[in-house]
Amino acid sequence: MSPSTSSGQGLARTPLYAEHVALGGRMVGFGGFEMPVQYAGILKEHDAVRNRAGMFDLSHMAQYELRGAGVAAWADALTVNEVGTMKSLQARYNIFTNERGGCHDDVLFYRLADRWLLVVNAGNAAKMWPYLQAAAAGHADVELRSHHGSRALIAVQGPRAVEIVAPLCDIDVASMKYYFCDEGHVDGAPAVIARTGYTGEDGFELFVEGADAPRLWNLLLERGAPLGLEPAGLGARDVLRLEAGMPLYGHELEEDISPLAGGQAWAVKFRKPGFVGKAALVSQHDAGDYDRIAGVVLEGRVPARAGYAVFKDGERIGEVRSASLAPSAGNRNVATVLLKKSAAELGTVLGIEVRGTLQDATVVALPFYRRPGARKDG
Amino acid sequence: MSNPEGLKYSKDHEWAKFDGDVATIGITDYAQNSLGDIVYVELPRVGQSLAEHAQIGVVESVKAVSDLFNPVAGEVVEVNPVLEKDPAAVNRDAFGEGWMYKIKVTGGAPGDLLSAADYEKLVASI
Repeated sequence: MSPSTSSGQGLARTPLYAEHVALGGRMVGFGGFEMPVQYAGILKEHDAVRNRAGMFDLSHMAQYELRGAGVAAWADALTVNEVGTMKSLQARYNIFTNERGGCHDDVLFYRLADRWLLVVNAGNAAKMWPYLQAAAAGHADVELRSHHGSRALIAVQGPRAVEIVAPLCDIDVASMKYYFCDEGHVDGAPAVIARTGYTGEDGFELFVEGADAPRLWNLLLERGAPLGLEPAGLGARDVLRLEAGMPLYGHELEEDISPLAGGQAWAVKFRKPGFVGKAALVSQHDAGDYDRIAGVVLEGRVPARAGYAVFKDGERIGEVRSASLAPSAGNRNVATVLLKKSAAELGTVLGIEVRGTLQDATVVALPFYRRPGARKDG
Repeated sequence: MSNPEGLKYSKDHEWAKFDGDVATIGITDYAQNSLGDIVYVELPRVGQSLAEHAQIGVVESVKAVSDLFNPVAGEVVEVNPVLEKDPAAVNRDAFGEGWMYKIKVTGGAPGDLLSAADYEKLVASI
């Protein structure tokens, strides 16, 4: 056996680091921070989120604040989805594109009464912050501010999340719609409370000051424990998001993978007058022959891994981008694969090379799991 | 969990339990805990001859693939049939129902296997 160990050298810590250590979290480097990959175990934490509730520290993600009358028009010129049409207190998924139509980052915008909150991937913050600053230069009506590292983000996800979070809030979060948000207080601490998440379950994301985060984390854990709330790490989060068909930057989306190729065509609004990469995306869309992300279910018990080669009729036609055992999809091994268009038809049987042997895998529709009553945000 | 006395341990975190000329092989509790939830175990075939230290299979957890090394030279006489359907048995009971295979020892116990006490020292130093 050769179990790997991690070292925390050169990594930042979130305001909840001491809580993770006290809970027995296994800390690994992710996006420049020491983060818990698991506490009790990935499958147990996954089960808690799907059936009861799980709580995640997402303080590694970069929180930016945007102010000014020009924000919507400015952001609409940089991204594929519509920003200006967002209602007050709405949240919306979006993608910053490069000139080639590839993805610079996938993000969430939150439209508050007097400002916007923009949340970018931790691993992309080092490029996104200078990119956004440069893009805002010369726009007197766009003010950009980073709270990365100082503000915390706690997500409570799962069917019991509303019962756990609502009693601690001074605003009515139980009637808050999916992909909406508001400002209020959680046990007296100022917070942006959003009904968003990355697990495929109902739940809330609480944006709070770092100094308030440990107290709120421990209070939520105490109040939520009788309802089955457990701390959950990035390992469970990755399984949950993969089952729910949500892309992870660096896997389904990249600088060289467009939103169309990455399965996020629904977020690309060609009716917008112009945005970075639009011309490239229009020609990719019109040609229609681009490699694309597809979901597959493996026939056997052998798991696939990111990077494994994918074959059809003896020809290498793609690569695995994400893979996991999927407890909520019949306990089968599933994967996303980046495939030639001709191989991406539903029902196509592919071979995934695992240690020199091809394992059968069938192309299926994404997502692998959808909670009852769920709908997709536009 | 403590490492049972009477077993021999490799530096690669396998254990071997000798019973006459047959040794039962598995991975240690430290190894299963480091790996996390085990979802697949690829074992050698019955009848296969295995060299000492040879890489002879893999253990896959939700997050990672790890190589399995053979600690004692010999011929495989039995593999644990439980693990095909229930690989999590290794997590639950690494030294018991999670055993992996049995090998007919051809060259005696290798000299570099550790006692339980020495293996615990190795783990404490990681």
